[in-house]
Amino acid sequence: MKVTEKDVSYVADLANLELTDQERQRMLKDLNSILDYIDRLNELDTSDVPPMAQISARFGQAEMGPWSGSAHASREDIPVPSLPHAEAMQNAPQSDGEFFKVPKVIEK
Amino acid sequence: MDLNSLTIDSTRTAIAAKQITASALVEQFYGKIKAEDSEVNAYLTLSEERALHQAKRIDNLVSKGAALPQLAGVPVGIKDVMVTKGVRTTAGSKILENFIPPYDCTAVARLEAAGAIVLGKMNCDEFAMGSSNENSAYGPVRNPRDKSRVPGGSSGGSAAAVAAGTAVATLGSDTGGSIRQPASFCGVVGLMPTYGRVSRYGLIAFASSLDHIGPLTRTVRDAAILLGVIAGRDPLDSTSADVPVPDYEADLAKPVSGLKIGVPKEYFGDGLDAEVRAAVETGIAKLRAAGCSIIPISLPHTAYAIPTYYVIATAEASANLARYDGVRYGYRAKGARTLSEMYRKSRDEAFGAEVKRRIMLGTYALSSGYYDAYYLKAQRVRTLLTRDFEQAFQKVDAIVTPTAPTPAFKLGEKSDDPLSMYLADIYTVTADLAGVPGISVPCGKTSAGLPIGLQILGQHFDESTVLRVAASIESNP
Repeated sequence: MKVTEKDVSYVADLANLELTDQERQRMLKDLNSILDYIDRLNELDTSDVPPMAQISARFGQAEMGPWSGSAHASREDIPVPSLPHAEAMQNAPQSDGEFFKVPKVIEK
Repeated sequence: MDLNSLTIDSTRTAIAAKQITASALVEQFYGKIKAEDSEVNAYLTLSEERALHQAKRIDNLVSKGAALPQLAGVPVGIKDVMVTKGVRTTAGSKILENFIPPYDCTAVARLEAAGAIVLGKMNCDEFAMGSSNENSAYGPVRNPRDKSRVPGGSSGGSAAAVAAGTAVATLGSDTGGSIRQPASFCGVVGLMPTYGRVSRYGLIAFASSLDHIGPLTRTVRDAAILLGVIAGRDPLDSTSADVPVPDYEADLAKPVSGLKIGVPKEYFGDGLDAEVRAAVETGIAKLRAAGCSIIPISLPHTAYAIPTYYVIATAEASANLARYDGVRYGYRAKGARTLSEMYRKSRDEAFGAEVKRRIMLGTYALSSGYYDAYYLKAQRVRTLLTRDFEQAFQKVDAIVTPTAPTPAFKLGEKSDDPLSMYLADIYTVTADLAGVPGISVPCGKTSAGLPIGLQILGQHFDESTVLRVAASIESNP
């Protein structure tokens, strides 16, 4: 068992999930079984292999062919109109028309 | 009109020749959807007002004798992970049950600008996480070819509607096989373009380095036409590639003879259903008869694709789904006394089991002390998987494999065992990780009449060859 009940609580906390007792038990079983399977990656020696964040990071590299690089996309900083305030607020679960309303942020 | 056999070509020809108005055609489709879709459950939301408005616009062009756009009057469905302005978009999740997007996904906007008519939004696994469409918060989709079976996933509704004749074509998304695997299960064509070929602006993010938008259609020609419309650089998506878009439809006319087709041994090992193997081998024999040279190849790291995928995809998902917090849009739990309690309760009550499982796995893989062992390790193996393709494509023009190890399985068959469900994507995930394009094209049926899909993978930005090989399989049934 790689993942313990304590790990499940810790990770749920990081992920902003509460999880019921039943869900925690199931998660413990599932995470351990999936991580066991993922462990087969350790059969490979990757000490000399660079990590790859996404495919476009390889564009332009000799072994990838002629595609021009877009790993570091940049553009001119030209201001354009943004989403109108009312439209940005229309899906708010709770609002006063101007701001999103949320429960107390600072706990006593 | 026989809605079950309409293609993009026959639809736009009928509209242009005034055999039917776009408005009448749309009404026919809604009639069929309302009569037949309750059992299949492919549609989550119908966009009738928007569809009829667009149909009138096309009818006006026709009656004026004006030039018609390329997809004039073609009724399409959109997987519910692509946002549509003013039309509810749920991503198959309870957390977005009432979400009305304030803008349009670029791919959808391009279809409509080309004259297509959006009939509605297609059911899918929650946040595109699944291989059977059983993870939708709005009920599973049933496979129109056998309603006791799954349509595949996560673009299950998109594939099922094309198979059932309730849309001429649809858009889906593919992160680990979610266009090609359901296309295979439902007996339709499904194309995942090269990473960066199609803008993802307005695609609800699952795993950003792996997400692709692509078409599901009745014919390879239709897939070529739709790709031509949605492909190309979009200033709103900085990951969209600035690479010229060829005329995919015209390129279908080029011969396949002389092409070198690789057959990777790793895709024909244990776990491959005997009938699927036989059908794919028959497909390969047809390519040989059409003048292709068939070359045995190896993609040696294939066995590591699923574990690599489930680290990278879940890590990215855990970050992407952090935005669902009940503050600006989406579901908010009632009765929370503090902000942090509100976050937790909202996410707990509105995310489904598979989404929570993936958020937990991804958060674990990124957490302090495990980042190097899981996330960085998986990124290194991703390089190896990509190099496998780079080396193979020095020898061959395209690669042929089965799309999925089995035909469509029964509803409920794998839903209790996440790992066995993940293995349904064993032949499709590698292409997502390497960013190469892939298509699934029907290549026969099992003795029980279930569709079988053959997958063709190509070099980056070489969808033309992939489509051409697929058309050759399709035209020699």
